[in-house]
Amino acid sequence: MKLQNKSLKYLSISILVIISIWSPLFYYIIKDEIHDSLDKSLINQKIQVIQQKLSEQGSADMLEIQGNYFIKEIDEQNALAMKDAFKDTAIYPLGSKDAVAMRMLTTAFQEADRYYQLKVYSSTLEEDDLIADIFWAMIWLYIILIISIIAINNIALKKLWRPFYQLLDHFKAFRIDKNESLPDIKTQTTEFLELKKAADVMTAHARTVFNSQKQFTENAAHELQTPLAVLTNKIELILEKEQLDQTTATELSKTIGIIQHLKQLNKSLLLLSKIENKQFVTSEHVDLKQLALEIISNLESFAAYKDIKIELQISGSAIVYMNQTLANIFISNLVKNAIFHNKQGGKVFIELSHQMLIVSNTAVHGMLDMTSLFKRFYKGNGPSKSTGLGLSIVKAICDNYGFTIKYNYEHQLHHFKINFNNSVI
Amino acid sequence: MKILVIEDEPDLLGAIKTSLEKEQFIVQTASDYSAASEKLAIYTYDCILLDIMLPGGSGLDLLASLKHSDKSENVIIISAKDSLDDKINGLELGADDYLTKPFHLAELTARVKAVLRRKQLGGKSSIDAANIALFVEEREVKVDGIPLSLNRKEFDLLYYFLLNKSRLITREALAEHVWGDNIDQADNFDFIYYQIKNLRKKLQSADAALEIQAVYGVGYKLIIP
Repeated sequence: MKLQNKSLKYLSISILVIISIWSPLFYYIIKDEIHDSLDKSLINQKIQVIQQKLSEQGSADMLEIQGNYFIKEIDEQNALAMKDAFKDTAIYPLGSKDAVAMRMLTTAFQEADRYYQLKVYSSTLEEDDLIADIFWAMIWLYIILIISIIAINNIALKKLWRPFYQLLDHFKAFRIDKNESLPDIKTQTTEFLELKKAADVMTAHARTVFNSQKQFTENAAHELQTPLAVLTNKIELILEKEQLDQTTATELSKTIGIIQHLKQLNKSLLLLSKIENKQFVTSEHVDLKQLALEIISNLESFAAYKDIKIELQISGSAIVYMNQTLANIFISNLVKNAIFHNKQGGKVFIELSHQMLIVSNTAVHGMLDMTSLFKRFYKGNGPSKSTGLGLSIVKAICDNYGFTIKYNYEHQLHHFKINFNNSVI
Repeated sequence: MKILVIEDEPDLLGAIKTSLEKEQFIVQTASDYSAASEKLAIYTYDCILLDIMLPGGSGLDLLASLKHSDKSENVIIISAKDSLDDKINGLELGADDYLTKPFHLAELTARVKAVLRRKQLGGKSSIDAANIALFVEEREVKVDGIPLSLNRKEFDLLYYFLLNKSRLITREALAEHVWGDNIDQADNFDFIYYQIKNLRKKLQSADAALEIQAVYGVGYKLIIP
């Protein structure tokens, strides 16, 4: 959810709560105020009526319904018990079905030895009307507030957050392998300036780590590769000397084999760490179909030797934006695996579609161990001389580009399914 | 043919020198930056093997100065850095080839000869041995002028053998040459035996006057009787 919408969500909910608490409160305050003023005028009226009645001789002895008061004679006991009481009531005027809301003051007075009850009333506000009016007023207030907030959000927030979005764009464009620092942003806001400062420190640190790791990888390669080269080449020269006896020559040849294995291990581990450190940064559009065809034609003679049938099924183009070298290693590792870890006379199926690559091959020893299949140095029941890093490299490449790789075993076949997710173009 | 080897590791330098001298090349050596740049300034070489990480400077700087004087096309970089940047930089600076350490001596010989062949290419594009002619660009082989049909791997093997005439090539070097880089399962020597067996048969039936000799448990050797 965008910041703007989020702030709108919180504001609209809290304003709704405030208004719903405020409206009844407001209603009672208004009502109270109206009653106060009505009651005062009723008291005035009462005094006037009583004074008038007392001054008019003999007139108080009759029941009267006149104007807005009502007098009735009552006995002493009741009269003495009576206190001034205000009450909301309703009167049905003659010929009308609708009640009219009234405020009424009930009191008693004494003339000579006779007691009278006096009811003075005055029309008051219709409660329903008041509630409805307040309700609609609040609804309108709410709508207007929300509209204003949206407008303010759109104008003010956008302006306020502009440096932030600028910074965000710079982050997105940031490449750790390029020696460029983040461009400056134009802002006076302390928070954003601090964010920029923190980001600068972080990127500089990340770059240092990246470079030193890259340096280490390269140095490790150098330090190990040169002695390995010396070893290989010296033994090769010794082997060329004619006077070697058969056993010595065979032993030396085996040593070369071991060095070769070491060399491959070293190379694969370096490759793996380079992939995991994301050091293959240059990407291009790679046509996997073309690549698969090349790799298969390169391995054809070996497949023919083992009498392995390769079936290639291509439906649709799969062009992926990735590093060319990695794409090559990715496909060739999968295809080589399928051919090398196969039976004499086995089969390899390669299915390439727009979203998927499936490489399947005849199993030699049944299902592979799913939990450790992609782990480093997993060898299954395969030839002991393999490094056990081929699939780890494939997995690392998949992780690097957001592909998912799945293994399953069906009909005596190993299936490796790679989903390119949304990396295809 | 004069070759300069620039390499700081004395043992490796020695091995390369010995191997190249077996091919009748005149080999000179330099083991640091200043010695190398001095030699490059005075002499002209048919081929230069250049290590990138040198005491006293970078091999790439040497390459840049060679390119400046238009002499960089016969350089083969031999580096332990398998980094793509270096490869690209090196090739952009005009180096002819890039060989990552560790390499087999047979591979080095093959690469050096390929550079020399390209350099002298004065119309002749074939490698001749006895009654065999191998046309590199056309990927064709003729025995006594009659074309011999070879598959891709057989051709690669024969080419490799011809570049390493009378030299022992180990099984490992053959396997690596056939399978290229990033091999994981190159322990499959049976396939190499099989290909060589086929190649031998084809050469024999075409009456080629050369022989691929097996050196038991070690490798093979191409002999011209």
